[in-house]
Amino acid sequence: MEIKLYKSLWERHLMKIKNFTLNFGPQHPAAHGVLRLVLELDGEIVVNVDPHIGLLHRGTEKLIEHKNYLQALPYFDRLDYVSMMAQEHCYSLAVEQLLGIIDLIPLRARYIRVIFLELTRILNHLLAVTTHAMDVGALTPFLWAFEEREKLMEFYERVSGARMHAAYIRPGGISQDIPLGFLDDVYLFINQFSYRLNEIEELLSGNRIWKYRLADIGVVDLDIGFNYGFSGVLLRGSGLEWDLRKNISYEIYDIVDFKVPVGLNGDCYDRFLIRVEEMRQSLFIIYQCLNNIPGGLIKIDDYKYVGVNRNLLKYDMEALIHHFKFYSEGFVVPTGHVYTSVEAPKGEFGVFLVSDNTNKPYRCHIKAPGFLHLQGLHEMSVGHLMADVVTIIGTQDIVFGEVDR
Amino acid sequence: MLIQDYLILKIFKKYIKQLQYSEDNDVFFIIGIINLVLMTKLLSYSLLFNIQSLINISAVDWIWRKKRFGIYYSYISYFFNYRVFLVVNVPVYLRYPYGLGVESLSFLYSSAAWLEREIWDLFGIFFYNHVDLRRILTDYGFQGFPFRKDFPLVGFKELRYDDTIKLIVFENVKLVQDYRSFNFINPWK
Repeated sequence: MEIKLYKSLWERHLMKIKNFTLNFGPQHPAAHGVLRLVLELDGEIVVNVDPHIGLLHRGTEKLIEHKNYLQALPYFDRLDYVSMMAQEHCYSLAVEQLLGIIDLIPLRARYIRVIFLELTRILNHLLAVTTHAMDVGALTPFLWAFEEREKLMEFYERVSGARMHAAYIRPGGISQDIPLGFLDDVYLFINQFSYRLNEIEELLSGNRIWKYRLADIGVVDLDIGFNYGFSGVLLRGSGLEWDLRKNISYEIYDIVDFKVPVGLNGDCYDRFLIRVEEMRQSLFIIYQCLNNIPGGLIKIDDYKYVGVNRNLLKYDMEALIHHFKFYSEGFVVPTGHVYTSVEAPKGEFGVFLVSDNTNKPYRCHIKAPGFLHLQGLHEMSVGHLMADVVTIIGTQDIVFGEVDR
Repeated sequence: MLIQDYLILKIFKKYIKQLQYSEDNDVFFIIGIINLVLMTKLLSYSLLFNIQSLINISAVDWIWRKKRFGIYYSYISYFFNYRVFLVVNVPVYLRYPYGLGVESLSFLYSSAAWLEREIWDLFGIFFYNHVDLRRILTDYGFQGFPFRKDFPLVGFKELRYDDTIKLIVFENVKLVQDYRSFNFINPWK
């Protein structure tokens, strides 16, 4: 039998070319965790992106329904595991609002909270910017940034004992006062950190390859940003001056002075510049907090809602009873529901908390910024080359702890 | 109450069944299922409210209620720096006059697509006219709706790798000790 090797011209004309479907992940190093993308490619051009998420789904919200309000707090550290305190802060705000004690939080606690929130922002952006650089091909800034992150995590460790999952910001204030000499070390850190930022910028901002890979990639129009519910840097990169720290000022953000950097083109390069500038603004905020931090209490003076000072336990019967009740029963939160949102480093992080007059939340829905950002991945990367998908995942700053919850 | 909330209350008086105040004085407007899409359209197209984005949809399982699920939509207007919260209460099985379920907002706001998929996945609330209603967070081939209150915390199935048949097998959950839920609530007072 004769085997026909070549197709005739007419047969070639009738041929239909199917797009190539490619599985990206779930164990791809550039997928920032466990993301499975089903990419449809026309040559090397992306036609369709279908993200499959849920590979890290732990049912956090369900677990929270079975824990009391204090036990639910550490789950928030584990959502977005690079910006821990921002999330426990949001949850604490929600609980405080339900309890009606949000106005009673002492000023010192608020200052310490803001110092740590901004340290957390630096912690997150360092990872975001430099792993993005690593995905694109520049390994060196990553190594520099992780040395700085080590210092930041040492700050975490000094106040809470844990390097990452701190459970430091609690409903009613913070868990314990900062140790002696801590603020001096934060001052030393912020003094040298801006030089480290300069070094990172020196290597990246003017770099031809970096610009070539980032400029005009993943452009987000403001309309698309609105339509997909983007928040944080993805919205600011497109030119909207929107920062919840300014727009619904919580804690002491209304009395500290800082600027909100805004992009022009809405591409990956703008977002990189915004992240770097936000780190500088965070340093400025910390600097102001260090200068103005007052003395005083670090949690509210009501042992129904916060843990008792342990020094009192041996001498005060009342304190012992409070201690026992607080760590067994917890506190009862009156019926109500509240949606609180804060400007987490990745965008708007929200907690929708429903209480039913018991010591456990009835329902706690977590609005994660990364969830909506990842949904826009299709819109951002269609028409780009396949290598740009990696850049776009990097610029979205996806962390699967919060996307999958 | 903000001026926009007051305006919504006056203009959409016909649609609003009830008001709920959250603890930080946000107003939650409880509306009927049929009015949801209409009201969303009116809010987003009118310059008076200028709702630009659908930020979040969360569902709550009020298990003892006749209309069992509450769906909480939160919209945002970046222009006015203002949020609107709409609430829809849904029974488990929707009967004839209301159609097949809740109408999807995914053709108005693309952000609704995944948020609604998540609710369908975890609560089993059906959205019709949805662009792509698949499960999203749970495993491929998962059965049941895990965030309903009658779904146990430990679940029904567990999976392990069976070395003899070189496959992952699903089995019913067997725990040495059952999940214990302690009730620490003070009985007095």
